Amino acid sequence: MQVEETKEFKPTIVAFCCNWCSYAGADLSGTNRLNYPANVKIIRVPCSCRVNPMFILRAFQRGADGVILCGCHPGDCHYTTGNYYARRRMTLLFSMLDFLGIEKERTRVEWVSAAEGAKFAATMNDFVATITKLGENRRLEDIRCKKQ
Amino acid sequence: MQEAMIKRAKELLAEGTVNRVMGWQAGEFAYDITPTVFSSADELDKAFVYNDFCSANVSKYMIKESRKEGKILCFLKPCDSYSFNQLLAEHRIWRDNVYIIGIPSYGKVDVNKVRAKGVTGITGIHTDGPNVVVETIYGSETMVKMDVMEDRCLCCKSKKHMVYDELLGEEGEVLQSNRFEQVEALENMTPEERYEFWRSELSKCIRCNACRNVCPACTCENCVFDNPASGVANKAPSSDFEENMFHIIRAFHVAGRCTDCGECSRVCPQNIPLHLLNRKFIKDINELYGTYQAGEDKDARGPLTNFTVDDCEPSIVHHRRG
Repeated sequence: MQVEETKEFKPTIVAFCCNWCSYAGADLSGTNRLNYPANVKIIRVPCSCRVNPMFILRAFQRGADGVILCGCHPGDCHYTTGNYYARRRMTLLFSMLDFLGIEKERTRVEWVSAAEGAKFAATMNDFVATITKLGENRRLEDIRCKKQ
Repeated sequence: MQEAMIKRAKELLAEGTVNRVMGWQAGEFAYDITPTVFSSADELDKAFVYNDFCSANVSKYMIKESRKEGKILCFLKPCDSYSFNQLLAEHRIWRDNVYIIGIPSYGKVDVNKVRAKGVTGITGIHTDGPNVVVETIYGSETMVKMDVMEDRCLCCKSKKHMVYDELLGEEGEVLQSNRFEQVEALENMTPEERYEFWRSELSKCIRCNACRNVCPACTCENCVFDNPASGVANKAPSSDFEENMFHIIRAFHVAGRCTDCGECSRVCPQNIPLHLLNRKFIKDINELYGTYQAGEDKDARGPLTNFTVDDCEPSIVHHRRG
């Protein structure tokens, strides 16, 4: 007898979190026992403006279905102005991805402070739900990096 | 124009103001004009040309040339002068070593459009009022210049020189241009249509890197695409991801510094409309952060090296259009 495999789609999410706010926020949501899906892979960066557009594309290449960048709220950057630059860069990059016809829901920027554990969990739940609905990343995938 | 330029160049050489002249000469064929450095009056007489095929932007050559000994004379068209000024703003050119003569440009001719009219064996070209006369080995052909002009010249943004030491001809004006029309048309498509459009265009890419090499804004000594560890250093198209990545990153690296000279599309051997990617960034910057023309003011701060406290959030992308 052949058993048909029904695979539930579990998206891979890459979250770039700034060391000073969002990474601490993620920590807080953990110590508060708040649930967020396990398919969110957090990458800690010193500041949201450390994130080069190449990082986002590279995440998609290596199999991410959605990429989210979390940083300190504008005005609260540990390095004073980093997130202001990140904001401009990401706006332009996301607009370009949209221009190339890549689903704009796949990329997002959220400002999460170290005190906002609940916001972090809620954001991740919402983002994972959006990506699950959207399905697999097909338009920015690299078949060479696909797991067999 | 060509005679006036040669005459002035010879004078400056004789005076000793400059010791080299940056100009153009015919390549293998009369229409593939190549930028060249001339160092004597004889060479100028022999090979210097300036005609409607001279569309190459010579600003980028000034980075290396201005570091050599002695001054170099450089002829700049209005659009080249924007690139030159942007390079000055980035401290890439030694201004003291360059003598600039601004020359007017009334639009350059696209040889592909001439060929499309069934003209072959081209040996030369000259302007005659609103027409161009293309000389061929079979005789000469007259055609309306507007019909064979390069697309980028049809939506010219400015006839004004941003930087010069002296001008040959008249000072031009900044024009009202409709250069964003094509970008708007693409924006009004559905994401699926846009994806199809860009797949069909970018999949033609052969990764020759000509767009990067010619770009006057791409002047890094060590390019990210030459890094073997980058994963995008392949000199062959190996996956559609790589094509997307290369073109997104290439356009992003010049965002806010691109003067929209259109050289990337001109040199593309596959005729990919690469300038549309750059124009999209320019259009976004204009709409979101205020009108900015790179190369216009050499003391202005670029839009990506600047910010305001109340910039829009990146989620604006989700709200704009469909």
